[in-house]
Amino acid sequence: MGSDSNNLLNEITQSDYKYGFVTDIETEYAPLGLSEDTVRYISAKKNEPEFMLEYRLKAYRRWLEMPAPEWAHLKIPPIDFQSIYFYAAPKKKKELSSLDEVDPELLATFEKLGISLDEQKRLSGVAVDAVIDSVSVKTTFSETLAKHGIIFCSFSDALQNHPDLVKQYMGSVVPYADNYFSALNSAVFSDGSFAFIPKGVRCPIELSTYFRINAANTGQFERTLIIAEEGAYVSYMEGCTAPMRDENQLHAAVVEIIALKDAEVKYSTVQNWYPGNKKGEGGIYNFVTKRGICKGAGSKISWTQVETGSAITWKYPSCILLGDNSVGEFYSVAVTNNHQQADTGSKMIHLGNNTKSTIISKGISAGFSNNSYRGLVKISKRAENSRNFSQCDSLLLGDKCGAHTFPYIETANKSSIVEHEATTSKISDDQLFYCQQRGIDMESAIGLIVNGYAKEVLNKLPMEFAVEAQKLLSISLEGSVG
Amino acid sequence: MLLQIKNLHASIQGKEILKGVNLEVNRGEVHAIMGPNGTGKSTLASVIAGRDIYEVTAGEVVFNSLNLLDMPVEQRAREGIFLGFQYPVEIPGVSISNFLRTALNDIRKYKGLEPMPATEFLAKMEEKKKLVEIHSKLTNRSVNEGFSGGEKKKNEIFQMAMLEPILSILDETDSGLDIDALRIVAGGVNSLRSEKNATIVITHYQRLLEYIVPDFVHVLYEGRIIKSGGKELALELEEKGYDWLKNGG
Repeated sequence: MGSDSNNLLNEITQSDYKYGFVTDIETEYAPLGLSEDTVRYISAKKNEPEFMLEYRLKAYRRWLEMPAPEWAHLKIPPIDFQSIYFYAAPKKKKELSSLDEVDPELLATFEKLGISLDEQKRLSGVAVDAVIDSVSVKTTFSETLAKHGIIFCSFSDALQNHPDLVKQYMGSVVPYADNYFSALNSAVFSDGSFAFIPKGVRCPIELSTYFRINAANTGQFERTLIIAEEGAYVSYMEGCTAPMRDENQLHAAVVEIIALKDAEVKYSTVQNWYPGNKKGEGGIYNFVTKRGICKGAGSKISWTQVETGSAITWKYPSCILLGDNSVGEFYSVAVTNNHQQADTGSKMIHLGNNTKSTIISKGISAGFSNNSYRGLVKISKRAENSRNFSQCDSLLLGDKCGAHTFPYIETANKSSIVEHEATTSKISDDQLFYCQQRGIDMESAIGLIVNGYAKEVLNKLPMEFAVEAQKLLSISLEGSVG
Repeated sequence: MLLQIKNLHASIQGKEILKGVNLEVNRGEVHAIMGPNGTGKSTLASVIAGRDIYEVTAGEVVFNSLNLLDMPVEQRAREGIFLGFQYPVEIPGVSISNFLRTALNDIRKYKGLEPMPATEFLAKMEEKKKLVEIHSKLTNRSVNEGFSGGEKKKNEIFQMAMLEPILSILDETDSGLDIDALRIVAGGVNSLRSEKNATIVITHYQRLLEYIVPDFVHVLYEGRIIKSGGKELALELEEKGYDWLKNGG
């Protein structure tokens, strides 16, 4: 690389994280640390039905017996669970009413993040569930959606108003004992979103959840459950940010999707948790279990993710293709810069006949970061005529970062076809010179080339997200390369 | 004078390629630079454009009263220098129209102008496409990805037409072209000729110069211009080769 590019590479790190502010608000905390009492405290705070507390306690006891996973290509410093607050909620001010049941300070916080919670102000049809620390503060368009029979509310509200649905589906895709972090989440989860689309209904607007961590020394344990009944359709988006802090903060989420016969669920994520500073100090540890089941024939689940934030990302959105002719898709762009680490990918479990899955993963590494793709394609014995196509591309910016690919393929059925393609490339000096010779400066050139590289995935995002994601890719790599 | 190159020396990895080049170009002129392989023709083009793999060890290049050697690549381009590449580079996933809109608006920004409105940009593309007879769908494809040799070179001239440079340097634009493509490319270059701009055509063969008729022809040999003349010099070279110039010329 030329000397210009090297200088720029050093600057990469100086780009600002524009969501790094803290909202000054009175917060109520659970006692510090984790014990059965913490679990009981959270359940009591949320006034939960008895079955929920029992579920949490079972998960907690199981978690105590589990070792932290070490198989990922990540360096994870030991996490001191006794120094974290497992529940933090903005204190409610009593005199508020209607939309204004939300503290103006919190509304202003979300405005600042570009998320308007005022239905009148929103031009396009996107319903938002806004979660700050451990609680949902507001869900928009709930009433409009209710006219279609759609339930869209916070997970806490769902437990109060639709406990039977929660009881029926929660843990059916990700059992609490699935892994270390799912067990932890099942014990101490606080809030997240619940969406239920009844039979034959096509959700008329995009649903979305915006997660914000605000309080210090606090973990966020998001729990989301999406159920699409026969023939239903929904597109759901999630976004997230956190303040810049010197210490690491923990985010351990569980997301479950259930698609019944001929249902389709599109789940899009733009993950922009605080990634830490250029020395690798601070940042969110993001340990997420996301899994969907295509339960009915002809159903479809597609995951699209743009991962630019977090100090550590450990995340494998997966599909269990149980119904015949069901389809699973995973489209991912993961960017790591400075000292960020990501180990992400997908699992496609083919159980039904004629099931199809597609994995398109685009990794971009810069700085001193490490970016790994890890994926499993499993075709069971009875999954006749099933197909998978996987493509894993890595783009390296600079020579101090790493890109790794760990594909696992298990096929037990001879009529099925699995294809895997992988490439590794660099932005070449020739490409940069070509762009610059046309009058394009180095940073725009990098943005252009990176966006071109990720285009196949970005095209899968809903319009509302695509523009934001493109900007984010350029910003994450600002001053980078070469 | 538009371009004045004085005693230019340049090397790559310590090896001197240009050993004292002198050249003067005025607006409205077309200059051809000829010479055998490996004598520094492409190096000269790259050094004028500002490629940083070459080190300029002596001399100066003045363009439009500006000291070119002090400027980064993109600034030279914004001041009006265009390089038609011998081997155009592929940029996967970036459409030609997006690429050109970015370039055009970066140049406009440099000149203190607002971005070009989308409708105006599209109209301009349609107009310029006709110049090099390129299919309208080509501009939706990724820059040079999977293009034939002819398409790549046409795309270079199309970009030149869109960016409207003051000085265009066409590096071996004829290589890899069949006769029809050559005619189209040359036709595009000719129609862009004006009293306001100038062109430097770098080529091995006289063939291109039948289509793009130069005002001056220079022979670059072992890092120096050893002979200059009118268009008839090209025919003489075609007939006699380069050997007769090597000793003393």
